[in-house]
Amino acid sequence: MVNLVKNRGNCQMTTSYDIIVVGGGNAALCAAIEAAETGARVLILEAAPKSYRGGNSRHTRNFRCMHDGPLSVLIDSYGEDEYFDDLLRVTKENTDEKLARMVIRNSQECQPWMEAHGVRFQPSLSGTLSLGRTNAFFLGGGKALVNAYYRTAQALGVEVHYEAEVVHVGMSAGAFTHVELKDGSKIEGRALVIASGGFQADLDWLADAWGPAARNFLIRGTPFNRGVVLRDMLDQGAGGVGDPTQCHAVAIDGRAPKFDGGIVTRLDCVPFSVVLNKHGQRFYDEGEDVWPKRYAIWGRLVAAQPDQVAYSIIDSRSRDLFMPSVFPPIKADTLDELRIKLDLPIAAMQTFDSFNAACGEGAFSPQELDGLATDGVTPAKTNWARPLSEPPFYAYELRPGVTFTYLGLQVDETARVQAGGTPLANVWAAGEIMAGSILGEGYLAGFGMTIGTVFGRIAGKEAASYVN
Amino acid sequence: MSTETLQNARRQIEICNACRYCEGYCSVFPAITRQTAFADGDITQLANLCHNCRGCYYACQYTEPHEFAINLPQILAEVRTDSWKEFAWPRGFARAYDRHGVAIAGLLILCVMALIFLAGSLQNVGSGAGFYAYMSHVVMVAIFAPAFVLPLFTAGISIRRYWTHVGGGRIALKDLRKALQDVATMRDLSGGQEQGCNFEDEDRFSNARRVAHQFVLWGFLLCFAATSSGTLLHYVFDLHAPYGFFSLPKLLGVPGGLMLSAGTAWMIRLKLSADGALADARVRGGDMAFVVLLFAVSTSGLLLYAATGTALVPLLLTFHLATVLTLFLTLPYSKFVHGFYRLAAMIKNAKAAK
Repeated sequence: MVNLVKNRGNCQMTTSYDIIVVGGGNAALCAAIEAAETGARVLILEAAPKSYRGGNSRHTRNFRCMHDGPLSVLIDSYGEDEYFDDLLRVTKENTDEKLARMVIRNSQECQPWMEAHGVRFQPSLSGTLSLGRTNAFFLGGGKALVNAYYRTAQALGVEVHYEAEVVHVGMSAGAFTHVELKDGSKIEGRALVIASGGFQADLDWLADAWGPAARNFLIRGTPFNRGVVLRDMLDQGAGGVGDPTQCHAVAIDGRAPKFDGGIVTRLDCVPFSVVLNKHGQRFYDEGEDVWPKRYAIWGRLVAAQPDQVAYSIIDSRSRDLFMPSVFPPIKADTLDELRIKLDLPIAAMQTFDSFNAACGEGAFSPQELDGLATDGVTPAKTNWARPLSEPPFYAYELRPGVTFTYLGLQVDETARVQAGGTPLANVWAAGEIMAGSILGEGYLAGFGMTIGTVFGRIAGKEAASYVN
Repeated sequence: MSTETLQNARRQIEICNACRYCEGYCSVFPAITRQTAFADGDITQLANLCHNCRGCYYACQYTEPHEFAINLPQILAEVRTDSWKEFAWPRGFARAYDRHGVAIAGLLILCVMALIFLAGSLQNVGSGAGFYAYMSHVVMVAIFAPAFVLPLFTAGISIRRYWTHVGGGRIALKDLRKALQDVATMRDLSGGQEQGCNFEDEDRFSNARRVAHQFVLWGFLLCFAATSSGTLLHYVFDLHAPYGFFSLPKLLGVPGGLMLSAGTAWMIRLKLSADGALADARVRGGDMAFVVLLFAVSTSGLLLYAATGTALVPLLLTFHLATVLTLFLTLPYSKFVHGFYRLAAMIKNAKAAK
């Protein structure tokens, strides 16, 4: 079948596609590759221009992978139960066990598949040794992975349109028929895979859920994930899943760009610091656990503070205990001078004094839970509690940085999108847009890429077997 | 050196140090992670360590239009050129790096050809055998010995200045060996996993540039060895040119020349399809002229051998000698010096990596 499609103002002839993939990140590419390998004719519609292709995947660096023994760059073993326990802990059991275990079990087989499709791995990066057993790092990071997948997909005949933002999914009698693009053109297809991410870049939508505080959030990833297709599908009766206020959010440097700041804006200094809000008060145990297990809760903690801002303060002894951030810290020779530079009230001095007085003697050990705790302040700091005493003093401004939102499309274990309790005939979803089916709250480092890879591949295979 | 360029390089390197995704590609990123502050000497060292393999550019999440505007291959190429100009001796010649390299090289070859013709016509032609029928051995040596030695001497001064600037210190034999091993295999163009670099076709990995470069390097070294063996035969064993095919100069020189011609031709093709925005635009012409000149040296040498006994010999000989002379005269102020600086940077890096 041949039809006329308007593309960027030009009329051109094109054939219709078997499978249309909305989105251009990891999940979309995995789906497109799996489908194209069956011989299906696949089109990727990526909203971003080529230079920004890949959604949030371009900012990632690893994926969390189960393995029964050493696998590629992964050392020792990381079994299904341990992996699932880690997930239960961070999500506070707010997860779908069946889907979660399926993702975990499938992750082991994904690693060799990824290598076979062009992805290269490397041992965990310097400063991330604690992840060497659980997370497989991509050589060059997520953009290198995305580049490799585009090469592989295009070699398989997958067509890619950039700056092709889908605004509406055409449905007829519970089945997908075509997509409509922002430029007014329509493209027909026989099956649809939606992998267009969360809605975090739409600040109005975030503000609907969070209130006006959300306008102070920074978006760590792509500005193209505005949830347009997600909202369109929900409006058309697709089953939603997840709480709109839940997301993967971390505390990042307050000076980060509004969008796309990525990895370099992260701050790993919290456990070795004293964190104050704008009223000069402490509000949470900075040393509750090692940072890889706590970084994902600090976004919400800071979001709950007045003006969504906090200040992490260290003394010179802690300066080299964490990876350097891209922005230099604010520096002063006395705590009072630092307080003035940060525009904090005088109450901050009382907080410093009582915190320092509550620190006791003991061995400080940055690489492990050292039990060096405060005595007599609330909240307590339960590890790495050293007084702020050795000038110069340094401060970083913290703001919530949203990676991706969890409100999404409900899918079954075949990645098929649900509507009113029954699956849609020919619509599948993968990646961040359905991650809320598994992540009710909290986040486990590298799990987003695992969900995207496992569900992307399933969606591609299922859609292909439908059209073939 | 331009403080603006250095400051921009420092800004980018600090972003890289907060990211570290590219750690697996080459020696530059592990070297970055060993430091938290970057003095001018550190940046110069990193710039000369960079082989412009471009893996980091195509993997980078912060390239333009992102506001961080990371283009590490380009900024390091600019610092690298600036450092060569800074350390060049005499300094006035440094401008030769970026002034229409192809035109300069062409003009120089013509001038040198004229000089050689002149020198040849002033003496008793026809008294020697082979080449020496056209130019006596004494004249050749009188021209070429200083033309070999002086540029190497000035390049030596430059490298000394570099070594002081980056705080090189004493060289251990082990560091030298490690650096030479890495040069021999061009490890820093391997992409970390033998997949090669991203040069001629955006983000596609290939070993083309690595292999082409080694054809050039090994070809050049073989030609150099051929000339050296000829010198030894002449002075030590009193065996004079022309040499037969089964002689050391020919057995080394013919394969060397073939490798050098093939390697440079391949390199020119690769350079033409690479993205110029990831290199130093100021020296594009000069860099290309250097490769073209190498191609001219080896190809004219091979043609000269092929033309033995024909009427073409005088012209080919003059052209060949002119290209060789031009190559060496421009050595301290052309892309040629990258080899010396690169080796120095790699020795320094081997030392620091311990």
